[in-house]
Amino acid sequence: MRPVDILSSLFPAGHQVTEAGGLLSGNGRLDPQITVDVVGISGKTYPGVDEALALAGRILSIADRPDPAPLLFLVDSGSQRMSRRDELMGLSETLAHLAKALWRAEQAGHRTIGLLYGGSAAGAFIATALACGSLVALPGAWPEVMDLPSMARVTKLSLDVLKEKAAGTPVFAPGLDNLFATGAIAEIWDPARPLCDQLKALLAATRDDDGRAGWGLERGGRVKAAAIAQEVQRLALAHG
Amino acid sequence: MTSPSPTRHSWYEESARGRLAHLLDPGSFTEFLGPERREFSPHLGLFNLPHQLDDGIIVGNGKLDGRPVLAAAQEGRFMGGAIGEVHGAKLTGLLRAARQMKRDVVILFDTGGVRLQEANAGELAISEIIRATLETRAEGVRVIGLLGGRAGCYGGGSLIAGCCSALVISEQGRLSVSGPEVIETNKGVEEFDSRDRALVWRTMGGKHRYLIGGVDLFVDDDVAAFRAGAVAALERPAALNQAVLAAEQARLERRLARFGDAADGAEVWARLGVPHPATVPDLDTSAFLTIATSKREGADAAR
Repeated sequence: MRPVDILSSLFPAGHQVTEAGGLLSGNGRLDPQITVDVVGISGKTYPGVDEALALAGRILSIADRPDPAPLLFLVDSGSQRMSRRDELMGLSETLAHLAKALWRAEQAGHRTIGLLYGGSAAGAFIATALACGSLVALPGAWPEVMDLPSMARVTKLSLDVLKEKAAGTPVFAPGLDNLFATGAIAEIWDPARPLCDQLKALLAATRDDDGRAGWGLERGGRVKAAAIAQEVQRLALAHG
Repeated sequence: MTSPSPTRHSWYEESARGRLAHLLDPGSFTEFLGPERREFSPHLGLFNLPHQLDDGIIVGNGKLDGRPVLAAAQEGRFMGGAIGEVHGAKLTGLLRAARQMKRDVVILFDTGGVRLQEANAGELAISEIIRATLETRAEGVRVIGLLGGRAGCYGGGSLIAGCCSALVISEQGRLSVSGPEVIETNKGVEEFDSRDRALVWRTMGGKHRYLIGGVDLFVDDDVAAFRAGAVAALERPAALNQAVLAAEQARLERRLARFGDAADGAEVWARLGVPHPATVPDLDTSAFLTIATSKREGADAAR
């Protein structure tokens, strides 16, 4: 789905969301009572220090407001921008700061919902979609840590061999189904149904603690993580 | 924190276990889910790659200058310290325990980021570690990061470091999202010549990170110096709240406004007022700290 169609399906009562420099900003009305703040990265933009800081600034100002308006983060990005300048200026700090801003908004009472409708990769994925309190996706979304040709280069395996291996496990290859199986994504929404109804249903359900490892276990894509984390936690507590 | 001495013992050259042994009070460390439990990666066999019985990370508890801490050390010599499913889950579990126990955590970073052979599990593990770190910090617990390992601190590892309450770095510590080879492969040698080691240090090395306020403490590449740095970092503020993040926003905006058009690390240092910026890479630790202390951008507990 294109952003314009996503926004009109989410906000039948209207919205004021604008795009500038690959970033989305504004708000929409889910119904007469509920206004939703919107931020986003669109058009496969690669966020660097400038974009990450602009997004974080907006999110922190929302976090600082006393109302409980939900925050929707639309994501169609590349990976983090790969450049000398971005690293010189401390991109790791800036992306971490963006992740912290999203966490802070959630803690301050604003549900943070990531809606992955296009691409996202690597550090950009961690600091945007994966840093939201809840992450949903639309079919056609294409999250990846690294594309298979690059992975082939790094692992020194042929693309054909990688594709063959990818058929047997969701653990390394790109794509929505694989990320869903590992527990990264709460729900894949149905584009044929009004998105506003699906968002309302998500907001009506309470969000628990980070349950993503449990989903990975249920879905068979990441079967050890939950038990390992629990066992370390148990041992630490037992040891005092 | 100390000058090089005849007894200097390199942090960079040490193994993860060796670093922990020197960092913590002698005999105080207890490992959780150690190699005897054989919890190794279930995914590396698919690639005919050897596993390691601790999956490249050691987690446990111990004492640092008499103070109880939880500790995690990544082994950069196993797959470049890369984060996979089991490796990541061990750190997540440790951080969740820290939150419940209200006990400070020390992370000895040495990682290239996500382990590509289990990329999706590793990426998600990093997101879980970040959330656990922030929730732990919200309880007033310190999570400090030590950056001086041979693999550096790259990719998702650098984002975890960015969520720590305080960071200690040596000159050899490298902190960045995209590594030199990754930038060169994607953007060309004109953007970043990864063989130009001096450029790597000026862009992502410990001295540059300290000068721009990206880390809190700069120490010698020495196990005793890292221990002293960790003790000092544990005295730094623990708060993570709206005010801290607003201060971080202002700090990072100020950095971009001041240095955003600088072409090179040396130009940033010149704008800071560092005398003879071209000589900064040659300075020993005490000479560097003498200059840096008065000229650097402070982190101001804003992280």
